[in-house]
Amino acid sequence: MSPRIVEIREAILKKNDLVARRLRQVFADAGVYVVSLVSSPGAGKTALLGETLRRLAPTCRVAALVGDLATDHDAVRLRASGAPVRQITTGTVCHLDAEMVERALDGWDLGSLDFLFIENVGNLVCPASYDLGEDLRVVLLSVTEGEDKPEKYPTIFATADLAVITKIDLASAAGYDDVLARRALDGAQPDLDVLRVSVKSGLGMADWFGRLDAARAGKRTGLRV
Amino acid sequence: MHELSIALSVVDLATERAREAGGGRVEAVHLRIGALSGVVSDALRFAFDVASRDTPLEGARLVIEDVPIAAFCPRCRAERTLRDSRLRCPNCGSPTPDLIRGMELELTALEVEDDVPAYR
Repeated sequence: MSPRIVEIREAILKKNDLVARRLRQVFADAGVYVVSLVSSPGAGKTALLGETLRRLAPTCRVAALVGDLATDHDAVRLRASGAPVRQITTGTVCHLDAEMVERALDGWDLGSLDFLFIENVGNLVCPASYDLGEDLRVVLLSVTEGEDKPEKYPTIFATADLAVITKIDLASAAGYDDVLARRALDGAQPDLDVLRVSVKSGLGMADWFGRLDAARAGKRTGLRV
Repeated sequence: MHELSIALSVVDLATERAREAGGGRVEAVHLRIGALSGVVSDALRFAFDVASRDTPLEGARLVIEDVPIAAFCPRCRAERTLRDSRLRCPNCGSPTPDLIRGMELELTALEVEDDVPAYR
């Protein structure tokens, strides 16, 4: 007898998507704006996050989750800002998923926060498939890693809401070509929003904070910025 | 390389649906994988063999339909199949931000042998 075909038509990551949807609702109810950061290892996620927490902490209520395969070095580093930070150690898993985020938030009063930042594991491939319930997915690209990264890792750049080019103070030393980078970004996602920053020199950081403020204000008034 | 995580999700979902469908042996698992999904079909096949070991799915064939990237070209006012992951119309070169297909990560069907019990 020939086998019977059972039609399914369901997303393989449906379970993750359901948890992400639940998180998104929890975040909306709590009025907290959630930003995730993704990039290759060493592009400057922790440096950008550290400076962001430090600068926002005096005027906003901020907290962060940081994902790494091993160690809590990033969490320790970031706690210097005074903001609450929790480390998610993934072991051998190369990305965060919505359940890890949900577990890590256990016991936190989200209603007492304005911003929650989620730093993903340094990886441009795997995090692309997993919705974390965030409002804004930010992909970082440093000037030292090659302008063609968006062509090599199209999915993460196609699913991001904002690209931040980091270490812009090193642009000329690295021979960075902004036109090439912009072209590669446009190939991955036409009209993707792009900021250029240097955490070290402060260049472009006002744009970054402006973008965060506008996005959060947009969420609270129901407008998408 | 998150294909193992994806394969484990495939096994979980397919096991659940196979049980609901009567618990017969699953001969094949059909998936649709988009070219822009970030998942590599060959790596997924390999990972599925590992992930399905000692589960009701052990021994099932994995049948993958690779879905090319398709987008709407605003200038041609038509759907276009793209040659690569650069989101530009292959005919006129316009940017094509509106994706129609290519992000799929989908379990489409199971082939179930009703008269044969599942392995486990």
